[in-house]
Amino acid sequence: MIVFPKGEFVNTLATMAALQNQIVQEPFGEYSWILNILIYAFFFVFMFYGQKINTYIMLREVEGSLYKLKYLKDEGRKTAIETIKEIGKPQTDPSARVDRFLEYFTITPQSLDPAGVVWKLEHILDVRDTRFKDDVKLIAPAADKTQANNLENTLEAAMALNYIYKVIRHFYLLGKKTLSLYIIMQIQMILPLVMREAEAYASALKAFAYGQPIGDGAGALVAAKLTHGYPTRKIAKDCITATVPIEGRTAYVVKAEGPGGNVGKPGDGIKTIIEENEGRIATIIMVDAALKLEGEQVGEVAEGVGAAIGGPGVDQFKIEESTLKYRIPINAVIIREDIGDAVSPMRKEIVDAADKAIERIKQVILEKTKEGDKIIIAGVGNTIGIGQ
Amino acid sequence: MNKASSSTTTKISSFVLLVIFITLALSLTALILATYTFSQDGIAAYYLLLIGFLGAALSTYVLLQTRKKLKRLGIKTPPITTTVECRKCGFKSIREFQRGDYIFKEVEPCQKCNENMLITTIYKEVEEKGEKRLF
Repeated sequence: MIVFPKGEFVNTLATMAALQNQIVQEPFGEYSWILNILIYAFFFVFMFYGQKINTYIMLREVEGSLYKLKYLKDEGRKTAIETIKEIGKPQTDPSARVDRFLEYFTITPQSLDPAGVVWKLEHILDVRDTRFKDDVKLIAPAADKTQANNLENTLEAAMALNYIYKVIRHFYLLGKKTLSLYIIMQIQMILPLVMREAEAYASALKAFAYGQPIGDGAGALVAAKLTHGYPTRKIAKDCITATVPIEGRTAYVVKAEGPGGNVGKPGDGIKTIIEENEGRIATIIMVDAALKLEGEQVGEVAEGVGAAIGGPGVDQFKIEESTLKYRIPINAVIIREDIGDAVSPMRKEIVDAADKAIERIKQVILEKTKEGDKIIIAGVGNTIGIGQ
Repeated sequence: MNKASSSTTTKISSFVLLVIFITLALSLTALILATYTFSQDGIAAYYLLLIGFLGAALSTYVLLQTRKKLKRLGIKTPPITTTVECRKCGFKSIREFQRGDYIFKEVEPCQKCNENMLITTIYKEVEEKGEKRLF
């Protein structure tokens, strides 16, 4: 802040007023009072109604995004209905059922007493999964298992778009009703991130509908490249394993069962293999796609320790429990990508990164295990469009 | 229901368009009047010029913004490529993705050795915007 001596401050004000008069009066002559009034009116309006004006501007901004969200939501619904009609060959119009599906919700278990909450959550998620699968079967009776899985994913993407639209609409209408700057401000501040997510789901719709591999399937792709040509067996729900010799070690490669869209239950798969081998596993290597930070390159491969798996946390919990029981070291190899890449068709950089990840896995195996050891390699992620 | 709602999201409101064009017409009238009155009343001409330019700029800006908003609404889907390879002779062909394709699916026989070919990759190519990276 500039501090003026008293006399100097008065002088400055007088100079500013004189300057203003000069600027305003020179070109507009006798009408200059109009501009003077306009300047003062402008000043007072902004002094008393500045916040209101700000609120309206923010509301307009949210409204613009809401239009786009509505468009994306409608497109999602349309794509889901068209795909069901094309693949599922339903006898009746599936629109009403799809609308019902889009409104489904899941109530997470009570965690006031957190003991055992993971099993409760797992049960709820299992019920949800069964319900979705049953409903898809009803909506699209002609779809085979792979197509039904892809349809389920399409409907889930449409559901996500519907939910995002409804939440933003809620805050927009609430803000409009109350004209509270703080309600509108909180939604306006996170809007760019919400829009990014919505756009990612919108591009995922087509990928799911056509059964194209998505960025999230990077881990599944790595596992598929390792298992290809070897016999596979079912190890857990929607999860397969193949015994593959790598660098003189025996590797149990785990992945979700493709090519339909699903993530399987790698937690159960890994647990079963550990139990089958009575804990004699030298190391576990998990491969997954991970969210990159801005500035990092898509398809960058990084290495670390811990259970590399996203989702609600049930599988991560199970893997950590099993590894802790037998003190098995757990390593992670990740392929970096952003949220848009994770749910949209797989980028070339991610496809190329799969080979780099395999090289990195081999390096870890050579450094951390001995010849003849048994290891587990888990390729985590949605296996849509990826066989084995 | 859906058809109607989707059209309302993509169409520009006719009321907004009407307001924009009336403002544009009035602004142009103000500019024309300014040229006529310049020789008789300079001060009034200044006002008319100011109003004309402001109005024209504002209406053009609003019109361009609405058009931009419409353009932004579409979802861009880049072409998806499928690579088919022959494991025996190494013959490789690249084609557009077809529904039903998946990685490690056995497809049509190889043109060279008649062995069944395999889909090895399915991907999209994204062109990065040519921004100079500082960090």
